Amino acid sequence: MVTTIYRLFKYGVQTFWRQRLLSIATMVVILLALLVFEALIVFGVVARTALAAIQDKIDISIYFNIDTPEDEILAVKRSIEGLEEVKSVEYVSRDQALALFQERHKDDQTITTALEELEENPLSASLNIKAENPDDYAVIAAYLNNNVPTERVENITYNQNQVVIDRLASIIRVSRQVGILSALFLTVVAILVAFNTILLGIYSNREEISIMRLVGASNMYVRGPFVVMGIIYGLITAVLSILITAPVVYLSSPYVRLFIPEMNLAGYFGSHIGLLLLYQILFGVGIGVISSFIAIRRYLSI
Amino acid sequence: MISFQNVSKIYSNSETHTALNEVDFKIVPREFISIVGRSGAGKSTIIKLLIGEEKPTKGRVVFGHYDVSQLKPKELPKMRRHIGVVFQDFRLLPTKTAYENVAFALEVAGTPEREIDDLVRETLDLVGLDDKADNFAHELSGGEKQRVAIARAMVNRPDVVVADEPTGNLDPFNALGIVNLLVQINELGTTVILATHNKEIVNQLGRRVISLENGRIIRDEEKGRYSLS
Repeated sequence: MVTTIYRLFKYGVQTFWRQRLLSIATMVVILLALLVFEALIVFGVVARTALAAIQDKIDISIYFNIDTPEDEILAVKRSIEGLEEVKSVEYVSRDQALALFQERHKDDQTITTALEELEENPLSASLNIKAENPDDYAVIAAYLNNNVPTERVENITYNQNQVVIDRLASIIRVSRQVGILSALFLTVVAILVAFNTILLGIYSNREEISIMRLVGASNMYVRGPFVVMGIIYGLITAVLSILITAPVVYLSSPYVRLFIPEMNLAGYFGSHIGLLLLYQILFGVGIGVISSFIAIRRYLSI
Repeated sequence: MISFQNVSKIYSNSETHTALNEVDFKIVPREFISIVGRSGAGKSTIIKLLIGEEKPTKGRVVFGHYDVSQLKPKELPKMRRHIGVVFQDFRLLPTKTAYENVAFALEVAGTPEREIDDLVRETLDLVGLDDKADNFAHELSGGEKQRVAIARAMVNRPDVVVADEPTGNLDPFNALGIVNLLVQINELGTTVILATHNKEIVNQLGRRVISLENGRIIRDEEKGRYSLS
């Protein structure tokens, strides 16, 4: 068995080298497929971060009348937290609201003086609510409208921002669906192109395959070297594709950051390089091995 | 050891064509037998049926304990290791050297590495190509290619060596060399089946001859001659 595996690897490496031109042509195509695959992964991460950043900026707040007792507000908070659509609820007390307000306007002399002249804190306590899914704000707003006594409520922000929030929510939803569909489509295209190239490579070796069969080679001996070549293709192209993408990622990282401050592309690439390489190898070797396996089937019946 | 029992082979593509028509013969071990006939008489079909490249439409082909016509593609390799085949167009593996082509037949049969080198060198020496071991097929002449093919066919000491028009692409000088090699192999105890339409060679051999015409055996003689009506 060891001898057999050794021989299969020997033949594979030998044929790979002796048919250099064919090997290079095949690998260029697999490399392109891998680059598409890798670009999809990276774009996916960027898009997810961008969408998450947008999503994180959406929230709705409920402002309570000044005279609402704190324990009543906290009761509302608990009841909202019980909703499954709700991701987080943040309570901002009147004092915190004032502190935040002062902090934000500390350079504005007029506002500071005006505040000092007021004896009482004019700001309301509020609950800031974030939903799991941007589509759920309507549900949460409806819950608030129905369950919190109107005399306690000064304002619910969703009521003013409804149109914007709904539109953002639908943009996020559609972008996700389009992203998944186009990624699927491109992956299928990449796989088919690579598969066809390997198919042609094996087709050009069909004469050899029939000779091997006639000399008494079992299927394993005929198939093995091609599978080994598939492995070699996958390994080499995976490493090449990482080597090609790395500089592109590092150069473009600052520009991506301009658009999406939360996205550290270079950092992501650096920390996930092992995983990316693994995906690439799995993808490359997978395509190489599976295509060879399928392509040879038809020549094994001689 | 080899027997064709009422074998017919009919190709039915756009029109049906009978390549072999109720052919029936036996070959005993150590025999040297020539199968002669014009192109299209059915010589190659007999060989294809024997090595399982084609299946008979009717009848049985038996080789040793194998019923060749019943073997599945998966079972063919094992049987083929007992038959060395030489073709008119040589059929060497183009990405391998002469040495590797011969070694391949041993490697696929699972021969241990240390035996392979001795056997291959010995066989290449026998066919007179020990100095061309590292040449690729395209670097060899027709006669040399056919010698490599013969070396490959005989290296794992098969029970039978089958040669399908082995001299068809060669000049008379090289053709004679190849036939002498086949005779030599036969003298070492291997059954040899030679399909040819080379009259001189057959007449010179003075061995058993089966003559085919339109897929039928018209003559089967010990010490036969090439004579087609």
